[in-house]
Amino acid sequence: MIHFTDVHMRYTSGAEALKRVNLSIDKGAMAFVTGRSGAGKSTLLRLIALIERHTRGQIIVNGQNLERVTGRRIPLYRRNIGFTFQEHRLLYDRTVFDNVALPLVVSGHRYQDIRRRVQAALDKVGLLEKQKHLPIALSGGEQQRVGIARAVVHRPAVLLADEPTGNLDPILSWDTMKLFEQFNQVGVTVVIASHDLDMIRRMRKPIITLREGRILTSAGGEGGE
Amino acid sequence: MTARARLPMDPGRVVTAWLSQHIQALLYSAGQMCRNPLGSLLTTAVIGISLALPAAFYLVLANSERVASAWGGAARVTLFLKMDVTPERAQALATSLRGHPRVLDVRVISPDEALAEFRRASGFGDAIEQLEENPLPAALLIQPDNARFGGTAMEEFLAAMRALPEADTAQFDRQWVQRLVALLNILHRAVLILAALLALAVLLIIGNTIRLSIYNRRTEIEINMLFGATGAFIQRPFLYSGILHGLVGALLAWLLVSGAVRLLQGPVAELAGLYASEFVLHGLAAENVVKLLGIGGVLGWVGSWLAVQRHLRDITPL
Ligand SMILES: Nc1ncnc2c1ncn2[C@@H]1O[C@H](COP(=O)(O)OP(=O)(O)OP(=O)(O)O)[C@@H](O)[C@H]1O
Ligand SMILES: [Mg+2]
Repeated sequence: MIHFTDVHMRYTSGAEALKRVNLSIDKGAMAFVTGRSGAGKSTLLRLIALIERHTRGQIIVNGQNLERVTGRRIPLYRRNIGFTFQEHRLLYDRTVFDNVALPLVVSGHRYQDIRRRVQAALDKVGLLEKQKHLPIALSGGEQQRVGIARAVVHRPAVLLADEPTGNLDPILSWDTMKLFEQFNQVGVTVVIASHDLDMIRRMRKPIITLREGRILTSAGGEGGE
Repeated sequence: MTARARLPMDPGRVVTAWLSQHIQALLYSAGQMCRNPLGSLLTTAVIGISLALPAAFYLVLANSERVASAWGGAARVTLFLKMDVTPERAQALATSLRGHPRVLDVRVISPDEALAEFRRASGFGDAIEQLEENPLPAALLIQPDNARFGGTAMEEFLAAMRALPEADTAQFDRQWVQRLVALLNILHRAVLILAALLALAVLLIIGNTIRLSIYNRRTEIEINMLFGATGAFIQRPFLYSGILHGLVGALLAWLLVSGAVRLLQGPVAELAGLYASEFVLHGLAAENVVKLLGIGGVLGWVGSWLAVQRHLRDITPL
């Protein structure tokens, strides 16, 4: 599903965020990306979501070479990606409902359809009764879950989560990971960036470790190092 | 993977979806304007005044042109006869001209009368005394029926008078009217230049308003794009907002001009009464109101389009 071949990423500032990255994540798989702060986890996810462009190498997502996804193809490509941001990035002047509805609104769904799907997504993250609230009135963890609902509401083929448990207590973190696992079980390819090593080890999924932009290990699924 | 994004749809549904997206964008823009009433009011007020100025000048001009043409029509025609035309023939011509459907009255001025008038008016009395014979021809003063003249009819009448066998030449008694018309032509051009400048001002105002609202909604635009909004989807509310600002501004301009006309109508009628004229100040005709609104809408659209092209690119990820 996701294949990186000798991928380099250099920001315009000159920072080399990724160097010669090779990796492969199967369709329907669930994988974690870990590493210290600044290792390049967010950058890796942003390249897959086409929020940034890699500067060398090749990225293929679901058979599409990302270099050829340009112009009008970009919005169509992004409609198959769900993304949760490290810094939430909710719209603070819109209700929870409107925030979650955003991916459906931009792709022109009908209102009845939107309402049904948004409520289902909010129900899944346990925030259905807060749908009319503004994000300001929610705790950090609740905001994070609004972001998760927004990332899955349009049923993307690939779900990318950047530090989705950063603001959550251990129990809620675990519940959230289980939630991602449920999405994975219905066929969504899930990639999660997290530095909570203890927890991701307990999930027993492949772990990709980055250090200063290079792949350190690409450990297999059975919870091993 | 892309297949999911393009669900098979029948044409009817495509049209409905397209229409509903446009209506959504329009309502959204209107909602944004209502949510920021002070800002929208200031912008539309500036647009309204900018459009009202040329519209008002246009009205002043159009009304002045009516005045000029009314007085131009009132001018008498002086028909100078050839030197060899006898007084009897001059009288006969006058009589026959009185029967002309476009003529109200004809007065014959004999060479002697003409000379006496000239002597009185010119002050060359002594010099004229020296003349052995009267050098002036007889003339007919023709008062045309103004109600029957419009457009070029006056010129045609003049040409017909010149063509008479007894006629030497014929001319309007209206030099000052011609000067007024020339002046109005200059003013006409000045109004066009002013209108072009103010249209540019409206473009800049709308462009700036849209630029500000793009920057205020930067985050929203970014997130919309990250979740697959197309360029058209992002632009649409801004374009509608520009059109709405332009239209509301034009509406305001119309109200301002109509108000001014209403205030002036009384005094103008009084003045016209003093000149025993039926003249009334005309406001904007329905056709011109439509034009004004059209110009407002188009300026709004162009202004916002320029701003969108210029500033959305700064935000667009990738
Ligand atoms: N927008 C940017 N412009 C320039 N350099 C950037 C940008 N974003 C990240 N970098 C640099 O790229 C490197 C990798 O950053 P990245 O955000 O991918 O790290 P990370 O692993 O997600 O860290 P964290 O755990 O703190 O989120 C860092 O050295 C950072 O300074
Ligand atoms: Mg990060």
